[in-house]
Amino acid sequence: MRLATQRLMLIKQRFVLLDRQWRPFFPLLACAAIVALASATAQAADDHNPYAGDAKAAKAGEYEFRINCALCHGLGAHGGGRGPDLTRAQKRHVHSDAEMFQVISNGIPGTVMPANGTNGQGVGMTDEEIWQIITYIRSVEVKAASSATGSIAHGKELFYGDANCSLCHMIEGKGGRLGPELTAVGGSRTPTAIIDSVRNPSRRLAWGLTEATKEFPQEYETITVVTAGGKKIKGVVLNEDNFSIQMMDGGEQIYLLEKDKLRSFQKSRESMMPIYNPDILSDKDLGDIVAYLISVGAK
Amino acid sequence: MTRLRLFFNRLTIFLALGFLTTQAAAQVTFDRLLNSAKEPQNWLTYSGDYSGRRHSPLDQINITNARSLVAKWVYQTGATGKLETSPLVADGILYATAQDDRAFALDARTGRPIWMFQHQLPGDIRPCCGRVNRGLALLGDKVFLGTLDAHVIALDTKTGNVIWDIVAAEYQKGYSFTVAPLAVKNLIVIGVSGGEYGIRGFIDAYDAATGERRWRLYTVPGPGEPGHETWEGDSWKVGGAPAWNIGSYDPATNQIFWPTGNPSPSNRGEGRAGDNLYSNSLLALNADTGKMNWFFQFTKHDEHDWDATQVPVMIDSGDKHLIAQANRNGFFYVLDRTTGKLISANAYGKTTWSESKDAEGRPVANKGASPTLEGHTVCPGALGTTNFMAPAYDPQTALFYVTARDQCDIFSTAPQPYEAGHAYYGSAYFPSEEAEPYRGFLKAIDPATGEIKWKFEHTSPTWSGVLSTAGGLVFTGDAEGNFIALDAASGKALWHFQMGGAVYAAPMAFAVEGKEYVAIAAGSAVYAFALP
Repeated sequence: MRLATQRLMLIKQRFVLLDRQWRPFFPLLACAAIVALASATAQAADDHNPYAGDAKAAKAGEYEFRINCALCHGLGAHGGGRGPDLTRAQKRHVHSDAEMFQVISNGIPGTVMPANGTNGQGVGMTDEEIWQIITYIRSVEVKAASSATGSIAHGKELFYGDANCSLCHMIEGKGGRLGPELTAVGGSRTPTAIIDSVRNPSRRLAWGLTEATKEFPQEYETITVVTAGGKKIKGVVLNEDNFSIQMMDGGEQIYLLEKDKLRSFQKSRESMMPIYNPDILSDKDLGDIVAYLISVGAK
Repeated sequence: MTRLRLFFNRLTIFLALGFLTTQAAAQVTFDRLLNSAKEPQNWLTYSGDYSGRRHSPLDQINITNARSLVAKWVYQTGATGKLETSPLVADGILYATAQDDRAFALDARTGRPIWMFQHQLPGDIRPCCGRVNRGLALLGDKVFLGTLDAHVIALDTKTGNVIWDIVAAEYQKGYSFTVAPLAVKNLIVIGVSGGEYGIRGFIDAYDAATGERRWRLYTVPGPGEPGHETWEGDSWKVGGAPAWNIGSYDPATNQIFWPTGNPSPSNRGEGRAGDNLYSNSLLALNADTGKMNWFFQFTKHDEHDWDATQVPVMIDSGDKHLIAQANRNGFFYVLDRTTGKLISANAYGKTTWSESKDAEGRPVANKGASPTLEGHTVCPGALGTTNFMAPAYDPQTALFYVTARDQCDIFSTAPQPYEAGHAYYGSAYFPSEEAEPYRGFLKAIDPATGEIKWKFEHTSPTWSGVLSTAGGLVFTGDAEGNFIALDAASGKALWHFQMGGAVYAAPMAFAVEGKEYVAIAAGSAVYAFALP
């Protein structure tokens, strides 16, 4: 795919040169260029993974994956914070190997997924290495994992009702503000990961610690402050530096505080989100909520 | 205002301007670099003087008045990405660099540009970690810039015009320059970057007048040279050991002390059995010839990307001539700079890789500290306890100030074939789930004992360097954009200013017309602060 793009660029450059030198023949050359373009496009569409199913290539791809992808997508491609879980057979942005090649080569606009070679670290992977990575990703995909079986309608009912999710989480503009916005989460996480973060809400908080691995721009650390006047406020940290804190309490009230004017402040990586045990939220009900999240994320 | 007073005012201005003009025209000779202590208003080298200690003798801004510091000017570079530059100031003019090999000269009182230069970079350069540059060297009527496509360029100090421009190495193979060069005598000394690409590292010296290369020291010895036997097979050819941060210079012995980086591939020792000299070492070189007088290797056969490229600081204590380095591997080393013998090595951050020392007192890697296929947690992590952030040494407090981070990583290793110009790491590292949240500090170390006298904990780890001043202050920046003045004796924060961009640069101080300024780069801009 990348080769095809380069070929197109070359054709374009040659065209410009020729155009300058041979303006009288413009229409003829334009026709020739269109033919060339068409053949290049045809070739691009034909692009296929030369290593498809090759176990040796998948192993080489695993090593390449560790070097180039795992910082965001996690060891084993299980998702590493801000990079989606790639073991999901259903991916948000790609279906075919050729599309995956495109995404790895060019990145995904509007997301943090960079184009190959643009992360400020060298010139990136060769075509061969990209195909090996794709072969590796295919080898670890779990086919059934993302097919949620729960009731979407009941999940939505629970989300906005009895399970109280929407008190803190927003989906498509509706819901609370204290916790992460969840519209896209079903599109990038496996059901297992979502279930884990409901059953063990503090787990990810405990380690999503470097910029590249943060799932959300904010870390959702819990903070308890006591103001000079003795008022105790508990909430999540919106932002913080050495001298100030911006926080939101359970009532969605924002507080802007200077550290040296506080009587005390205490941060914790225990999430404010309650632990949803199976006694509080049954496996079936949680399955329904996951089904709802996945249905929204798939949009 | 009477006519006479007006006349005298004009006369004063005229005289002042005349004075400035004369000063600005003055050449920065080697003699001035040697005697920089005599002109504390200027900051003529990357570290402020040849010793590497980043300490300003200015004391107008001090612990009693630091609270009233205000921003005097901001210069927007127009660049994006990390700004790692440390400015120079000579006679009222500030010289600095920005990303993508920009260089510029400013009126140091106002931040108004005098000239701007940008090197035309090819589209396929191989930076390792951002399109960064750490600064210039100043000598005669030229400033010197190393570029990301491995050129060394001399610019006219008055115009920014290119005087000469030479190619030191093939950027297509991963060679680049990010370091501020060091001017010694008539030579411009510069070390290469590219430890991520399987380069063969070197330190070069160029004739400042012509750009002709006077010497090159390969940091990976070739066949027949001492140290070559520390490399397995042909691994030396792609052995890395770049030299991407600046060294110091001892005029008394005419020696340059230059640090070197990791062997390549950084996370895989298999295939390069041996100590891998002169990676992760401090080299003592004859300034005229580049001949090595001694070396000290901090981390032998490194597999954790622990470049030893931290600024080495010369400290004189009584009749002892020492050199100290807060190393990326988590230990603070003090050496005798005459002999290169180790005097002490003490951990100054969280380390798990070494629990014993060899006969010389050098920390030795534990069995099992090596990266594994499945991954293995080691502290410090790949970013190190410190990194390129410039430290400071204050002769008044006799303390060494360094930015430090406590972070552990999972190091994994995997075979990777070498391909010219392509990343060559031999696998990777990841944040460790077991680890505590990362913590960042400014630490004050007593070089005599290795004891940490005080530490200031940041909200998150920072990449800022440190400046100490005779005003009893240390200055540093944080990842959240604050520039901070602390009491050098206690570590208490006295003042801060929110600059709106993360700090990856080191502060410096200068004075113009009797007024002291402190400057630092943050976000995409250079800031200068002074008393109102």
